[in-house]
Amino acid sequence: MRMSKIVRFSADVLFGAILIFGFYIILHGHLTPGGGFQGGAVVATGAALVIVAYSYEEVLHMIKKAGLMLQESAGLVMFAGVALIALGLGTTFFFNYLANSGLLFGMSVPFGPNPGELNTGGVLPLMNIAVGIEVWGGLAIVILYMLSGISKAEEA
Amino acid sequence: MRKELSILIIVILGVFLALIAVDLTFGAPDNSAMDDYFIRNGQEQAATNNIVTTVVFDYRGFDTLGESTVLFTAVIGVALMYRKLVKGDADENE
Repeated sequence: MRMSKIVRFSADVLFGAILIFGFYIILHGHLTPGGGFQGGAVVATGAALVIVAYSYEEVLHMIKKAGLMLQESAGLVMFAGVALIALGLGTTFFFNYLANSGLLFGMSVPFGPNPGELNTGGVLPLMNIAVGIEVWGGLAIVILYMLSGISKAEEA
Repeated sequence: MRKELSILIIVILGVFLALIAVDLTFGAPDNSAMDDYFIRNGQEQAATNNIVTTVVFDYRGFDTLGESTVLFTAVIGVALMYRKLVKGDADENE
């Protein structure tokens, strides 16, 4: 099933905006409300918009199931990997070894209310990104699989 | 009869929930030692302004790992369930 040209054009225009908003929520997870799970869900909404607006066969050319599955697995591996590096450094599992280190995301934060700085948080932004990749891959592939079931049921 | 019964059930449930809501107190937990610790030390220990993210990904990171694993398993389950339905697809055996 394919929607009208108006719906398809609107989906094309809105897709980029939704993606940028989702990435913003993921990347600012350690500063503003939101984080990996929420931002990943927003990005998956963009994929759902495209899936609703176009027909199943067209969507299969735009979004590859194998790629989404790879993103989902890679996100989970990255999340566990970031936590496992702490073991290699001689600290405990999930220790925040990048916080206050001066390296990537390593700036310190003063106590109390402050405007916030993107380059803070230690491993938390990395974990937010990992969870975001996992969530958008997982939710998008769930929507894609369910749509494939509907299109087969309509043919039968 | 059916309509009156459903209205009665809705009224009883509404009064019940309203009575519970009246008794609730917000903002004054009995045991606040943990919250105070997070609020006092979260910004220095994790260098993060968002205390909720600090708790979810740093202090309770192991819980989040379980959450991600649950999501991963759920997606694997959906993929397995729909696998037979979409046998005709070209990229199915990947």
